[in-house]
Amino acid sequence: MAELLVLEQVSAGYGRATVLQQVSFGLCEGEAMALLGRNGVGKTTTLNTVIGLTRQQGGRILLGGQDIARLSPERRVEAGIGWVPQERGIFRSLTVEENITAVARPGRWTLEAVYGLFPRLEERRRNFGNQLSGGEQQMLAIARALVLNPKVLLLDEPTEGLAPIIVEELLAAIRWIVREEGMAAIVVEQHARQILAITDRAVILDRGTVAYTGASGTLAADTAVLGRFLGIGGED
Amino acid sequence: MVSGMSSAPAGVAGALRRANRWGVLEILLWILAVAAWFFLPEQHLILAEIVNFAILALSLDLILGYAGIVSLGQSAMYGVGAYAAGLFSAHVTGEPLSGLLVGGLAGAAVAFLTGFLLLRGADLTRLMVTLGVAAVFMEIANQADWLTGGADGLQGVETAPLFGLFEFDIFGRTAYAYSLGVLFVLIVVARIVLASPFGYSLRAIRDNPLRASAVGIPVNPRLIAIYTLGGAYAGIAGALFTQTQMFVSLDALSFQKSADGLMILTIGGTGYLYGGVVGALVYKLIQDVLSNLTPQYWQFWIGLLLVAFVLIGRERPRALVRAVSIRLARLFAGKAASRRVAEEKP
Repeated sequence: MAELLVLEQVSAGYGRATVLQQVSFGLCEGEAMALLGRNGVGKTTTLNTVIGLTRQQGGRILLGGQDIARLSPERRVEAGIGWVPQERGIFRSLTVEENITAVARPGRWTLEAVYGLFPRLEERRRNFGNQLSGGEQQMLAIARALVLNPKVLLLDEPTEGLAPIIVEELLAAIRWIVREEGMAAIVVEQHARQILAITDRAVILDRGTVAYTGASGTLAADTAVLGRFLGIGGED
Repeated sequence: MVSGMSSAPAGVAGALRRANRWGVLEILLWILAVAAWFFLPEQHLILAEIVNFAILALSLDLILGYAGIVSLGQSAMYGVGAYAAGLFSAHVTGEPLSGLLVGGLAGAAVAFLTGFLLLRGADLTRLMVTLGVAAVFMEIANQADWLTGGADGLQGVETAPLFGLFEFDIFGRTAYAYSLGVLFVLIVVARIVLASPFGYSLRAIRDNPLRASAVGIPVNPRLIAIYTLGGAYAGIAGALFTQTQMFVSLDALSFQKSADGLMILTIGGTGYLYGGVVGALVYKLIQDVLSNLTPQYWQFWIGLLLVAFVLIGRERPRALVRAVSIRLARLFAGKAASRRVAEEKP
């Protein structure tokens, strides 16, 4: 499969601080990738760099062969990147439906399609962003990224701080998006085993550099690597 | 620039139709405004003035209430619109509708050309930039007395009968009906614009511009687009003033005009379209009552009331409007409708 998104020797950070150092990996069309690592190793910074919210200090980011490093965040979205931020970033003064329709673009993912994926959002379509639970906000953040009809979906800790039952529901939806819909995605997640089960490949970051790249299935079985870089044992 | 309005994807159209429904209170307000033309003939002049203030405040609401652009410079667009309509009347034709269009276009042009200055910096920068732009236009109008009449005002403005039938008399009979019709059209246009993906994206930008950009909203083009639309509205307000007064002076470009707009919006509340109407009505009524009671000190009392009002809570008028909407919905359409209103924007 052709590589859709490629990071080549990307260094980036905030202000003068450098967080990512020469990070390189590629994502193929229809491929789902888990981006793993301990806290503070640069997972969120990687996604923020792809969407254009950090200061890129070096390297190239290619989307469909085109370098997007100089584009503004809105141009990167236009080029085909959908971003689900860590803190969800719901617009509080907009209703559920307005949050979605504000950004919707023509394509397979319509208002009805995201309501089909998250029926709870349709039930709460007239509620404002600040009236939603954490799980509903996360569903809305994913729905809002989907209606952009992106080529690549970036999900930053989509299950963080949510009840187990909601986590299950969200993981099922993400599984559907990447497995059934075949959307290319990078998922940053603390629950490594759960996300390895629904992704094809995994990249582990350590102190701002790529420490491991391999198939998700292989990593899931490699307790030594999991223990060394993620601090988790076989039962986690 | 406003592609979000024209390219609504599947499913969005139905959502937009639902969002664009008229409320009971809104309909009632328009019935009362029309009824005032029949039953308050001696108040037509002040009513026309109230509508003019309401349009000026509406222009400010579009940019401040919906996009978060603070401005002390609406008088620039208002004044340029007023002078453009006056010059058009004096040198081309006094036909009011075309003069209104000229005023709106002039206001929009000023806003579009100066809008780029707003893209850098935050609130304080924007306040200073808009204030500065208004001051520049004021001085240009003052210096170009061969064109504007300078401190003496523009002479020779005449407004032809509306549709060739209705004369603009000294009692404000045609002026009020005309102004009300213009306000109605402007509100309808604003409703359509704001209940669209474009309108929602403005509120998203107001909430968090950086995040809005990262979810694909073209922040700068949309800010310029709404600032231009606000400028067109202010220009129309200015043109309307010139046409109904048949005179325009430097007052139209003064800081006081911008301050009036902001004061009215503060009283009426931002972000629900009718803040300008409610604010203008309250402001003019208070002004009228106070100037009758204490002709020398009415501005003192207005200032004091404004301070008290802001300290007590600017959200109260909007909350009051919402509470009345819910009551009316209950009255007219039962509990189901009241639930719907209660779920709508606070």
